[in-house]
Amino acid sequence: MSLKIKQDQARFRDIVRGRIKSNLKKYVQKGELIGKQGKDVVTIPIPSIEVPRFRFGEKQQGGVGQGEGEPGDPLSGSDPQEGQGGGKAGEGEGQHLLEVDVSLDELADILGEELALPRIQPKGKDRIVATRFKYTGVAPQGPESLRHFKRTYKQALRRQIASGQYNYLRPVIVPTREDRRYRTWKEVAQPETNAVVIYMMDVSGSMGDEQKEIVRIESFWIDTWLRRHYKGLETRYVVHDAVAREVDRETFFHTRESGGTMISSAYKLCRELVQEKYGSGWNVYPFHFSDGDNWSADDTRLCVEILKNDLLPVVNLFAYGQVESPYGSGQFVKDLREAVGKEENVALSEIPDKDGIYASIQQFLGKGK
Amino acid sequence: MNRSHALPPRLHDIRRKVEGYARGYGLDFYDTVFEVLSFDEINMVAAYGGFPTRYPHWRFGMEYERLSKGYEYGLSKIYEMVINNDPSYAYLLESNADVDQKLVMAHVFGHVDFFKNNFMFRHTNRKMMDQMANHATRVRRYQDALTDQRRSGVELVEDFIDRCLSLENLVDYQSPYVRRRADPELEDQQRTTVAVGFKTDREYMREFINPPAFLEAQQKKLDEEQSRARKVPEHPERDVLLFLLEHAPLERWEHDILSIMREESYYFAPQGQTKIMNEGWATYWHSKIMTEKALDASELIDYADHHSGTLATQPGQLNPYKLGVELWRDIEDRWNRGRFGKEFEECDNLEARRNWDRRLGQGREKIFEVRRHYNDITFIDAFLTPEFCIDQKLFTFGYAEKRQRWEILEREFRQVKEKLLQMLTNFGQPVIAVENGNHENRGELLLVHRHDGVDLKVDWARDTLRNLQSMWRRPVCLQTRIEGHPVELRFDGKEHGERRV
Repeated sequence: MSLKIKQDQARFRDIVRGRIKSNLKKYVQKGELIGKQGKDVVTIPIPSIEVPRFRFGEKQQGGVGQGEGEPGDPLSGSDPQEGQGGGKAGEGEGQHLLEVDVSLDELADILGEELALPRIQPKGKDRIVATRFKYTGVAPQGPESLRHFKRTYKQALRRQIASGQYNYLRPVIVPTREDRRYRTWKEVAQPETNAVVIYMMDVSGSMGDEQKEIVRIESFWIDTWLRRHYKGLETRYVVHDAVAREVDRETFFHTRESGGTMISSAYKLCRELVQEKYGSGWNVYPFHFSDGDNWSADDTRLCVEILKNDLLPVVNLFAYGQVESPYGSGQFVKDLREAVGKEENVALSEIPDKDGIYASIQQFLGKGK
Repeated sequence: MNRSHALPPRLHDIRRKVEGYARGYGLDFYDTVFEVLSFDEINMVAAYGGFPTRYPHWRFGMEYERLSKGYEYGLSKIYEMVINNDPSYAYLLESNADVDQKLVMAHVFGHVDFFKNNFMFRHTNRKMMDQMANHATRVRRYQDALTDQRRSGVELVEDFIDRCLSLENLVDYQSPYVRRRADPELEDQQRTTVAVGFKTDREYMREFINPPAFLEAQQKKLDEEQSRARKVPEHPERDVLLFLLEHAPLERWEHDILSIMREESYYFAPQGQTKIMNEGWATYWHSKIMTEKALDASELIDYADHHSGTLATQPGQLNPYKLGVELWRDIEDRWNRGRFGKEFEECDNLEARRNWDRRLGQGREKIFEVRRHYNDITFIDAFLTPEFCIDQKLFTFGYAEKRQRWEILEREFRQVKEKLLQMLTNFGQPVIAVENGNHENRGELLLVHRHDGVDLKVDWARDTLRNLQSMWRRPVCLQTRIEGHPVELRFDGKEHGERRV
């Protein structure tokens, strides 16, 4: 039974969508969504939407309560920070936080609309083809495993009635060989839209918790957006200091190493990954975050070489985000800009702090690659 | 609703029993229709404020979403929802255990008895169920009719409803019970325009009885009255919605929707104004019926659990069920033992007061009388006693600016009672009236807030003025006090203004 109220609920969800959209910047910066992520939905806390009225200010009004305590004691269970109104008489008219479930797809759409992100064009659409099987009809021949029972039965019934064998007092239907029907299929060619994001991050001592938090928030939004466009989105994580290694997601955000930084190590590993597994047919997105410090100018040269010769020709987009830290020199982004800044599938972004995340996402995803 | 919601035989038997017990105690209620609903349905009905059909509006969707979540998290399971209607409608949650259904039924009969007999409900529409459905149809029709203009009709209408709701509390909560406006015909007959002075038969005395100076003064007074009569409204109008209906330049559909909102506001108002009494009354009766009659021994634990759930007080919160039921019991006890009247009041021997018992046995009779003639304000005013206040550990609280927290302020009886009454006065809403529909002779609307110690929430007040302005079209002003200074807030359609007056 469909309920009438579903319409009202849909209207309410529209309004919520609007709210999230207008507050998107805040949500993006705070990263408070990430903790509440389910499989396909995120739970977003929004202030309950209230209709303004002429009413008393709570703080002056106070109220009457019931229970233990001496005059001067704080009211337990009411945290003024949360503005619960401290319990008014009768129904609590205080501010409720409303938790709203939004699907990741919806969230991605909101992000796309708000940041005016272009739709991603998967590369080489025509070239990459995967075959799928689809049941399209029914035929008199086929393997027994695909026998269509209902159609077979109907066919037998039809034959028996037509030939006068059918006795409604004793309705036994016996299909013969000719009655049998089987499902048939067709091969359908579908453009393959697999994609992989390879996150690389500098975990040398100069990257602090705040810098990592920024990377974490960015990666959440990048994932959300790319997942909207590619059915099977894989993510790989690479950390590096002087050497690079592949890790799982958990480790990626929580490792802390000390020691030097050789970015080329990560790029080499990335190249390996791409060449081994994500060759033709994949949409590849390497994202690299660091504080911009590299071991030497030689190493930077090596990085540029790898990029130019091996990565840029095959990837959809190479993105480098430089997170500002008190220790980093911030030189790397300048070098990259000089060397590959003009390339069409390169996005470079500097992220001074959490407030910069919003703009940086726009820079990364605004290319529509 | 449809047939499938009819009571299954088992519940039908329970219902007959419980109804029998309730009538046996002297409760007097409308015929009550119980419907068994699934979670989703009962959440819907709850979101609609108890009605199966309401006009389309997003806030019902919001409430529905909140309630559905609440269930998912296992927070709320017992619903007692009942409509003030003849016959009354009440709802049972499909999956509840029998003991819960009994409790809900007993509780509901208490409410329906209250609806039927309390004076506050005498003017309410007892066919509101149908009326709500009519309202829904009307609103939907406007949505469809307006749809092919610039915006979709749904948005247009919803937007207007939002603005109506913003002004919903600007009605005159006492007006159903008193006559505010004089009979216009009678007024006209009695109105004179020329001062005649005192009557006299003796022509030669006229100069002395009505000297010219006196006549002049009389004439001046009359003229003043006349000019006041030309003012709109003649007297401050508390029913701001009515004033808008009569004087604001509204489109026809706007006019109709505003009148719908006003009607619903008046319909629901008595329920808000008798919340403590009504919930207390229903709780009193469900506990009486359950413990004395309806409860099986095997159900005791569940009953005790759910019953105490409804009466639990959060620290610092006032639970109307709890406060209400305790007051009813206190009244019954006092009238049973004769703990009232001059002799009792004047007794200052604490010991004697505590053990006072005249074996009057008038308790039951008294509470039935009280449920007929009181509302929350008069109920608290008449029956809250210092002893009760101490027993129930009542206190007042306030916000301590210095320590940034809510604190307990007082346990003193007078303060507690005063605060309670203050919160109940005018339904806990600020008293605001239309003072002038032609303010400054510029067609502006002037509202005056009768400030009684508590400031308005200023940001909300500004937003509300904006909504009011959209209906009045001309600038609107509100005179109030902020932090001790008299101010006039103004919104002219573009900008907010504020000035001292």
